[in-house]
Amino acid sequence: MLTFARRAFIVLWKDLLVERRSKETLNALFFFALLLLFLFQFAVGPDRERLAGTLPGLLWLGFILSGLLGLGRTFVVERENDCWEALLLAPGDKSAIYVGKLAGNLLLMLVVEAILVVLFGFFFNLDLRGVLPGLAVVIVLGTVAFAAVGTLFAAMTAQVRARELLFPVLLLPVQAPVLLATVKATEAVLLGEPLGSVAHWLKLLAAADVVYVAVGVLTFDFVLEG
Amino acid sequence: MIRVVGGLALAALAAGLVMAFGVAPRETTQGNVQRIMYLHVPSVWVAYLAFAVVLVASITYLVRRLEAADRLAHASSEVGVLFTGLTIATGSIWGKPTWGTWWTWDARLTSVSILFVMYLGYLLLRGMVEDRERGARYAAVLGIVAAFNIPLVHFSVYWWRTLHQPPSLMKPGPGTMPGVIVAALLVNFAAFSLLYVYFVAKRACLLRREAEAA
Repeated sequence: MLTFARRAFIVLWKDLLVERRSKETLNALFFFALLLLFLFQFAVGPDRERLAGTLPGLLWLGFILSGLLGLGRTFVVERENDCWEALLLAPGDKSAIYVGKLAGNLLLMLVVEAILVVLFGFFFNLDLRGVLPGLAVVIVLGTVAFAAVGTLFAAMTAQVRARELLFPVLLLPVQAPVLLATVKATEAVLLGEPLGSVAHWLKLLAAADVVYVAVGVLTFDFVLEG
Repeated sequence: MIRVVGGLALAALAAGLVMAFGVAPRETTQGNVQRIMYLHVPSVWVAYLAFAVVLVASITYLVRRLEAADRLAHASSEVGVLFTGLTIATGSIWGKPTWGTWWTWDARLTSVSILFVMYLGYLLLRGMVEDRERGARYAAVLGIVAAFNIPLVHFSVYWWRTLHQPPSLMKPGPGTMPGVIVAALLVNFAAFSLLYVYFVAKRACLLRREAEAA
């Protein structure tokens, strides 16, 4: 168990180190998030009423779109740097690689999401301070579900020729329940309702987290072999 | 053997159509439109059956590495997508005169359409991975993820909104449907199940020959 956690941590540490030195993904994602904000503003227009109604959906659309970009690169990086074989050769349980990569993706997505929330507050002139704790719960629960399946599918599509096409096409339908749950819960949280009023959504998200992470850990071996 | 199942399916389908259009009474409020239910409900049953078979075959493939299990999952997923499409199409035809619209984001419409795109993605993955063995492994993983996703889809969409007819066959308490309707429905259930077996067997056989030829 301890060695498993250590292996997972080594993978995470390696990715963080690469990211700290290259700053490739985070820079691009930050810029992308900024562009999304522009697009959303152009799409919805300046009407505050309409904006408030679409905000939860837009917020998650932003998370999902930047998530698709970020997660899709999880294993492509290994291929580009010719590290894929080395990763496969690492001794022990392959699912430790999955957990490490998942943790890295989770961190990356949470950072981008935090930036997006701040940008949303800034550009759309919203005071989010009061709802921040509730929002954080929803975001973390939703992001774990998204990243768990995303990391698994990123490993699957890394070896496919049309991976940029296949990755979102596989991931988005599977994430439909998570999207419904997060948008509904976010909507309630932004309206200032207590978390208890969306308990069923939070339970669904928690169930999705457990199911996805469990399936990911159990099937990752089969994805990586060969 | 496959031919026998095919013949049986054909006979049962004919009997089902006779039951649905000839024997079963005309529904008082909805009229003849209601008769599409005899195709709609068995279609969705076959779709769920097919995806359950995909799950079992996928797990079997990953554990045992039987090529036959992979072919079964492949064939079953194709037939499942077909019947999911049929479910949506028949439901849409029924919805136009009854609800006044071809499409609405009602709970069960939405969940079935999510299933549809999920397994379309599955077929896409199968088509896009060049290496056969790798494609089989990836498809098996996706088949498992998608199947475990079905209850999540179901609950999320149910809470999201619901407008659909409450189920009238499997609900607790005394049944409200007359015996003739239930009989007609059951004949169609049997017919569609036989049809499913026939399609899957035929497709799996074809896949085996393709693999042998390659």
